[in-house]
Amino acid sequence: MSLEQRKANKAHKMKKRFIFRSIILILMLAAIVYALVANFNKDKSIYRAGDQAPDFKLEQINANNELESIQLSELKGKGVMLNFWATYCKPCEAEMPFMEKLYPEYKEKGIEIVAVNLDVNTLVVDRFIDKYDLTFPILPDHKEQVMDLYKVGKLPSTFFIDENGVIVDKVDGALTLENLEKQFQKILPKK
Amino acid sequence: MDKIKCECGHVNPEGTVLCEACGKPIEGNQHIDGNDKKTLLNMRYEGSARRSKTYTNSIVDKIWSFFSSVKVGVWLIVIALIASALGTIYPQAEYIPPEAVSRDPAVFYEATYGITGKIYYQLGLHELYGSWWYMILLALIGVSLVICSLDRYIPLRRALKIQKPKRHETFIKRQRFFSETEHVTTDEIHSVKEKLQQQRYKITEENGHILAEKGRFSRWGPYVNHIGLIIILIAALLRQTPLLFLDEYVWVREGEQTVIPGTDGEYYIENKKFIFETYSEEDGEIYKEALEKQEAMVPKNYQTNAVIYKKKGETVAGADPELEVVKEAEIRMNEPAKIGNGFTLYQAGYQLNEFHTMSFKVHRTDDQNEKALGTFTVDMNNPKHEYELDNGLTVKIDQYYPEYELDDGEPRSISKFPRNPAFVFLIYPPNETKPEVSFVGIGKNIDPTNENEYKLGIVDFDMRHVSGLTVRKDYTLPIFILGALIFMIGVIQGMYWQHRRIWIHPKGNGVLLAAHTNKNWHALKQNIEKAIANTSIKIVEDQQELDKDVSKRGGES
Repeated sequence: MSLEQRKANKAHKMKKRFIFRSIILILMLAAIVYALVANFNKDKSIYRAGDQAPDFKLEQINANNELESIQLSELKGKGVMLNFWATYCKPCEAEMPFMEKLYPEYKEKGIEIVAVNLDVNTLVVDRFIDKYDLTFPILPDHKEQVMDLYKVGKLPSTFFIDENGVIVDKVDGALTLENLEKQFQKILPKK
Repeated sequence: MDKIKCECGHVNPEGTVLCEACGKPIEGNQHIDGNDKKTLLNMRYEGSARRSKTYTNSIVDKIWSFFSSVKVGVWLIVIALIASALGTIYPQAEYIPPEAVSRDPAVFYEATYGITGKIYYQLGLHELYGSWWYMILLALIGVSLVICSLDRYIPLRRALKIQKPKRHETFIKRQRFFSETEHVTTDEIHSVKEKLQQQRYKITEENGHILAEKGRFSRWGPYVNHIGLIIILIAALLRQTPLLFLDEYVWVREGEQTVIPGTDGEYYIENKKFIFETYSEEDGEIYKEALEKQEAMVPKNYQTNAVIYKKKGETVAGADPELEVVKEAEIRMNEPAKIGNGFTLYQAGYQLNEFHTMSFKVHRTDDQNEKALGTFTVDMNNPKHEYELDNGLTVKIDQYYPEYELDDGEPRSISKFPRNPAFVFLIYPPNETKPEVSFVGIGKNIDPTNENEYKLGIVDFDMRHVSGLTVRKDYTLPIFILGALIFMIGVIQGMYWQHRRIWIHPKGNGVLLAAHTNKNWHALKQNIEKAIANTSIKIVEDQQELDKDVSKRGGES
């Protein structure tokens, strides 16, 4: 083998190796990118700030409120506090008086509270309403359809939705009076 | 950068430690495998050139050689281990307890654990296992696995393919098993050859130099099992897509219908009946003795008789959808139900004896016989506000606690499920507006005033069971199984076979005899003993003892 030939041979081999290594590295990079994107998208299946709030319709059972049923899409133009709660849940019980306290004032300003209840029976809910003199709409979700739709895990969980039906914030756990008022300011409809 | 030509005529790639053909140690490269400090040769990877150690021209080569280092791989694993451990210091975000005042991670960690909690949150350790850097770390381990394997497999295969029966004397002498015999006849060599063949050695010859080899394919074991691992990693990657993998859980009570989570509200399940059976003596004599030894009940069957429905048409969530029956199924342990769209329901849990209905009677407190003045039945999941009894009594439910508990002296329910129901009843005697108050629960019947004319008693109750089902969609399982299978084949290949080689090297009137194996040296020695029986050839000596620096000798990996 002449020196020329050997050099050519070597160059050829190095080129082959370069291509082989590049292909393997690109394949693995693609797999990693795929994994990261897929993982990122998985989180996105949960509704969070910036997403359009999915629509639902439930009956309303609070005798102190005039509405018979509520469909979320019909509340467009109003700011909506969508609260998931149950009577046995202590932090839910803690935030209810605050919601009631602010409700009359902010209802005037164009905010509706929608409290989706996850108890099984309505008796306990009625007693709870009486105990705290609640006047905002309370909607039982007996088949947990809306809970499943919003992927709500632990209670309480609250979504703040603006007048365009876009989720502005999601709060896990109880709200203080101060926090609640701040959240209401954020979803106040612009006149 | 130049190739190395050995005196045997073979041209070796740069970085070769032992000539691929004749095994002669190549001068100047002995430090790579540490041969310069030992009398025996390091036979790992046949002393072939791991290319990565030599070429670093382009960026691709540099990345390649970085990942081809086992040291780097081990470090990546160590870092992943440390990171995984850090994630267990405080609960991950998804395990923040529901009773926490605020489950917002930004508040929870600092409020619960103080300053260290705050740091934990700010470092993002509360969502460690799903974080991009943790995933990248795991991916890098995968990359290291692939490149390390390729970078060793290719030169090793090449060296074993190129090897010649005629080896350099130095190579022979520096093997662990070695002997030298001064006078050997051709007949004797012939007999050795034959006996090796009988032991299923493959013989190759070159000018009287003999190589007997068997079990070479066991050397591929580690690489085959790495291929298995890589396939398992790919399967784990694919699990990230909800299209291919979903795992949910649903509780459903007897007689109730609920949406199956994960199906986007497409499927509903109704629990007709949950059956829990235990072994009893009626099952036959053979169980009797075993049952007597066992103090608790022995479960025999967990079964949900379920009806699966599919939603018809489009409806808004919450509105009662129109449903059609897809199938009726008996779901048992290990007998899941396939419901369509790739979803399978598995029997996974149960809760026995939730109260369903409870019947009460009212009698006079001073009546010794407790004769019922009236009875009523309460549906635990849908109690009425008041019950009118036959004799004009009215009973109102003032409070209902499905799972009653005293909390700082305050009665409350800790869940919505009637596992330990308790009631505060108001009894209105006929034509009375002032009620009597009674508190009735399981094993409790309290008259707070001690002046009640009427008393309540539980006369009957009805229980029901709750079934827990895993909802799963998993198209990745066959890939996992394939990966595991290949992994197992690799392990078996490397474990149950050994690569044994025996060299017969004529020298003068005699021969040099050397042998090498990657494990089970004892069996190799037995093979040799059998082969040289009735000849003057000396049995090989184990030279390992001669080597002073042998303490850290390991296998191939």
